[in-house]
Order: sequence, then structure tokens, then C-alpha cells
Amino acid sequence: MAYAYTPFPYSPPPGLTAPEPRHPVVIVGAGPIGLSMAVDLALRGVKSVVLDDNNVVSLGSRAICWANRTLEIFDRLGIGERMLAKGVTWKVGRQFHGDREVYNFDLLPEPGHKYPAFVNLQQYYIEQYLVERAQDFPDLIDLRFLNKVTDHKGHADHVELTIETPDGPYRLETDWYIACDGAGSATRKRMALPFEGQTFDEHFLIADVEMETSPFGNHNTPERWFWFAPPFHNGQSALLHKQPDNIYRIDLQLGPETDPKAEATEEKVVPRVKQMLGDAPFRLDWMSVYKFHCARLEKFVHDRVIFVGDSAHVVSPFGARGGNGGVQDVDNLGWKLAAVVRGEAQPSLIESYDIERGHAADENMRNSARATNFMTPKTPIEALFRDEVLNLAADHPFARKLINSGRLSQPCSLAHSPLQTSGDAPLEPGSALLDAPLRGPAGETWMVQEAQGAFTLLAIGNITPPELPGIARIGINQNVSDYPCFSDPDGYATRRYGSERLYLLRPDGHVCASFDHADSAAIKAAHARATGACS
Amino acid sequence: MTLPTLDDNLGTEGDTVYAALMTAHEGLSESESHALNARLVLILANEIGDRSRLEELFAAARAAGRR
Ligand SMILES: Cc1cc2nc3c(=O)[nH]c(=O)nc-3n(C[C@H](O)[C@H](O)[C@H](O)COP(=O)(O)OP(=O)(O)OC[C@H]3O[C@@H](n4cnc5c(N)ncnc54)[C@H](O)[C@@H]3O)c2cc1C
Repeated sequence: MAYAYTPFPYSPPPGLTAPEPRHPVVIVGAGPIGLSMAVDLALRGVKSVVLDDNNVVSLGSRAICWANRTLEIFDRLGIGERMLAKGVTWKVGRQFHGDREVYNFDLLPEPGHKYPAFVNLQQYYIEQYLVERAQDFPDLIDLRFLNKVTDHKGHADHVELTIETPDGPYRLETDWYIACDGAGSATRKRMALPFEGQTFDEHFLIADVEMETSPFGNHNTPERWFWFAPPFHNGQSALLHKQPDNIYRIDLQLGPETDPKAEATEEKVVPRVKQMLGDAPFRLDWMSVYKFHCARLEKFVHDRVIFVGDSAHVVSPFGARGGNGGVQDVDNLGWKLAAVVRGEAQPSLIESYDIERGHAADENMRNSARATNFMTPKTPIEALFRDEVLNLAADHPFARKLINSGRLSQPCSLAHSPLQTSGDAPLEPGSALLDAPLRGPAGETWMVQEAQGAFTLLAIGNITPPELPGIARIGINQNVSDYPCFSDPDGYATRRYGSERLYLLRPDGHVCASFDHADSAAIKAAHARATGACS
Repeated sequence: MTLPTLDDNLGTEGDTVYAALMTAHEGLSESESHALNARLVLILANEIGDRSRLEELFAAARAAGRR
């Protein structure tokens, strides 16, 4: 069934009739990133106004693949379980070369994690769930649809905005302006900031079709099929991927010399889909023709204007790093901005968002550019190596690992960030936390549910976490104490974290220090460092 | 990157190995030979299995071609 795009209500904002008091945070853009930002801040008690020029969720599904770490962050924000319930967890990947299957792999979920490696779910569902989640915080999140930001002006300690509504323009002032206005960010353009990187010449047709009969054959396993030099299409590559509601994502590489307007029409698309899927009936749900870019802003923080998500960096979609990267931006910025707004940290802490997420953006761009280059060889010799990798892959495992139709996004290590205290541990400082099943007084739970959101001392085995201001504590395999304690029923936590160990986790779940004894002074120093007190 | 000087590893088998490489190409068209070479490069790279060593070797191969 086609998704029902229900418009969100508009109501005239107060600023139309009387000046509004200065807001602590204004978020421009209610895409997945702006909405996640608002929910993250609300969970920390920080108010925000969210402005969007539109009043419906993303038209067309766009992002469909959500990675494990993103799902864990969405768990903290309160929509992870809903995504898992509705989404498709894909299991089998098949790679074809021409009409020959080169190899297939089973994405067997690694046990001991609440969330699988990947879930497919249309972007419009994510946005709907986030809007509904935001509505749980009526006192903290002020969602304003059909509010288009037309101008802004930065000052030393605030930003002034001009906003267009159906009832005319008004103005707002905010301490912090969070630009989540997407790849075409008007904020970025007004500030004349260069957005540089690599543009790929190839055009891609992206279409979603609804089909009753699975194109993967007479079984119901959700698969991902990827073709190099597909027999049904005279382009370089094709992709078929399952989404909920019997919707299938099709990507067809169209080549550089393509008229995108002529291609994005039913007359052109329907025959292409038929060539691929045969005669089974289908409904065309959405289609679009893209050229992809990898580009980023040199700096994400410009005084009181902070760029988050696609406004800060874009990648080609192979490897699913756009939306996933943006959600990780939010996870990184949320606690820092909240600490600064509440006066608990210096504004300079925000600079570490630029360093840490700039590093991640580079990694995401590098990975998605490599995948795109593999799929779209630019010279005859690149095409030759690509084809011979595929020829070798039929017999030789090493070559299978070189086939690159997108590398699954992994959480980026922050090991080189100035907020980290280096040290040796099974889970090194800088790494994102690893999930593990836990058992507590209230029953079964997960590490991602117990250890995210605040600075937390995680103590495993016979080691007592000291009580320190601003730091939560949890214990694993300990005698019940005055802080929450859990057992490690299947041994995953001990295997992943070691024993007789303390970890200091940041609110975004990254390890910022690790200790083999309870040294309060060292823990306080690591905490001070992680909140920007020294660098 | 300093370019490595590549000393002999093949010893008395050098001529035999070279002849075997020519035999591997025997009867192939030029494009089939190019494809074989590409596969060989990939296979040998995997055998060497050391990224920084490979980067040195790629640079050495490229430099020698410039003469
Ligand atoms: C075909 C395709 C497939 C993709 N697949 C994946 C995938 O599988 N996984 C993945 O992680 N990512 C994927 N992506 C990337 C993903 O869609 C983006 O990274 C994501 O949408 C970025 O979210 P955002 O909130 O930063 O920006 P957007 O989603 O673009 O949202 C920006 C919002 O700002 C609003 N806005 C803009 N200007 C103004 C203004 N002046 N005033 C007020 N509001 C404004 C817009 O209306 C919009 O709501 C894909 C992208 C494409 C195109």
C-alpha cells in the first residue's frame, strides 16, 4: 500500500503578533537530522524551536538502510524498537556479474546485540516516527511547519532569523542556530561557504516499486541483489533491495550522457523495471534520477551557527552513510550543546564536534567514494581490474572481499580526539560502546539501554566505581549496591569489555577512558577532559 | 616514499619463472593477456598481503616505466 502523506498542522507562530523572547536553540529543517536533534536536546531538558519550510515527511523513500549504531542511537531517542518492528532485516546478499551469480553471503546477525547490522525502512517512516516522538515533548519542542527561513544574520552571541509563513514574515532570535536544512542548505549558501569534494559523472535512476510477488523467487527471505553489468540493462550496475510494505528499491546506473528529466518519466522507467523484474504486476511508487557527490564544509561550526547532517556533508548513497552519518552527528553534538546551553561547559566544547565529526565525514566520504569508483570505473583499465576482481571472486575468497558495492557503515573511532584519554583496554578509548544482553532487577535488558545518554562509569567484575558528581554508575557481575547492577547472563559483556575494569562512557556511548583500578583523581581528570575543561 | 631497490628473490629459477609467465600468456589475444595480467596483479598483491610494501612496489613499477 502506498504511504499516506498526511500533512502536519500549521498554526500561526507567536512571533507574527509580538516579538518572541530569545530562544536557546533554533533548528532549521525537520528532516531526520533536525528532528533527531530536537528529540536529543529534549531528552536533556533543552528547549528548541524546529522550523521547516514544508509540512509533510520526505517525498519518496530516499534513505532506506539504517545501520546498527544508528539504530542504537534511535533506541536512546525512543524510536529504535518501532523501526525494528516495522523494518526489514535483510539476511542474504547476492552479487551477480552479468547473469552469473558470483557469490552470496549470509548476514547472520552476530548474537548478543539488541539490533541487527542493518534494517531497511523508508525515510518517510523515520521522519513520521520522529515527529510523533517530538510530540511527546510539547513543552520542550516547538515544531513549526510551513515556516521557511529566508535570511539569518550572525552576531557574537546570537543569531537573528527571518521566517516566511502563510501569514507573512516574522523574526526570531536564538543563542544557537542549528542548520539541518539538507544538502542544498540555504544557510550555507547565504554564508557563501565552499562545499567541496568529488562529483560523479554517472546518473542513477532510483525507483521504488510495490509488488505482491517477491522478485527474489518463491521464498520470503529478504535479500539484496547487486549486479555488475546486468543482462537486463545496458548499464554498469543494478541493485534490488527490499523495504517494508512489499516495496522494492531499484537502482540502475544510467551512464554519464543521460537526460535526467526524460529518464524520470513513467514511459522510460516502466519498461526498464519490466526488463529487470519480468511480467509480474507492480506499481511504481517513486522515482528520481540522481548524480551523486561527496562534499563537505571545511568547518561545521561557525560561531553560533552549527551545521549538522547533509548541510555539513554529503556522500553518494552506496554504503548508506548519509542519514546514518547525520544521526551520529546528532549523537555527538546533542550532549555538548546541552552542556553549553545549561552553562555546564564552555562554548569551546562545541569545537570538538567539528573535529570529531569532521574526521567521521572524511571517513564516510572516503568509503562511499571508493564504492562509487568501483561501480563506475572511469577508465578502461579501471573497468578491466573491476571485471577481473569479479572473475576471480567465483573461486577465490580474497577477491570477494574486494568487490565493493558499498561498505556497511561502521561507527567511527574517536581515538584521536582531544576529549579522549588514551589507554589500553579490550574496548579502546574512542570506540563506540558494544551492546550486550544484561539481566537486572527489572528483568532482561541491554547495554545500549542502560549505558547511553549520560556520562557513565561502567564497572565490570570486582571493582567499585567511585561516586563522582555528574557521572552515573552501573555495575556488571557485582554484588547489588546503591547503583544499578546487572549480571552478564551469556558472558557477552565480559567478552567484549574484559573484567576487573572501569570504563568512562560519554553520553554518546563512546569510551573516553578506561581504568584497571578505581582511581578517583584519574577518573575526574578524564571526565574534565571529555567536557572540554582542558585540551 | 623512498623508492625501494628490488633485489633478486628468484635465484637460479629466474629464467624458468620468466618462461612460465610467457607460457601462461601463450595463445591469448592481447585483451585476454591484459585480463590475465590484471588477475595476476590482484593474486600477487594478495600473496604479498602487506599494504605498505605493496605501495612501495606500485611506486617502483610506476617509476621504472617513466624512463
Ligand atoms: C536515493 C537516496 C538514497 C539514500 N539512501 C540512504 C540510505 O540508505 N541510508 C542513509 O543513511 N542515507 C541515505 N541517503 C541519504 C539521506 O537521505 C540523507 O542523508 C538525509 O535525508 C539527510 O537528512 P537531513 O535531515 O540532513 O536533510 P534532509 O532530509 O534534506 O532535510 C532537510 C529539511 O530541511 C528543510 N528545509 C530546507 N530549507 C529550509 C528552509 N530555508 N527553511 C526551513 N526548512 C528548510 C527541508 O524541507 C527538509 O525537511 C539517501 C539519499 C538518497 C537521495
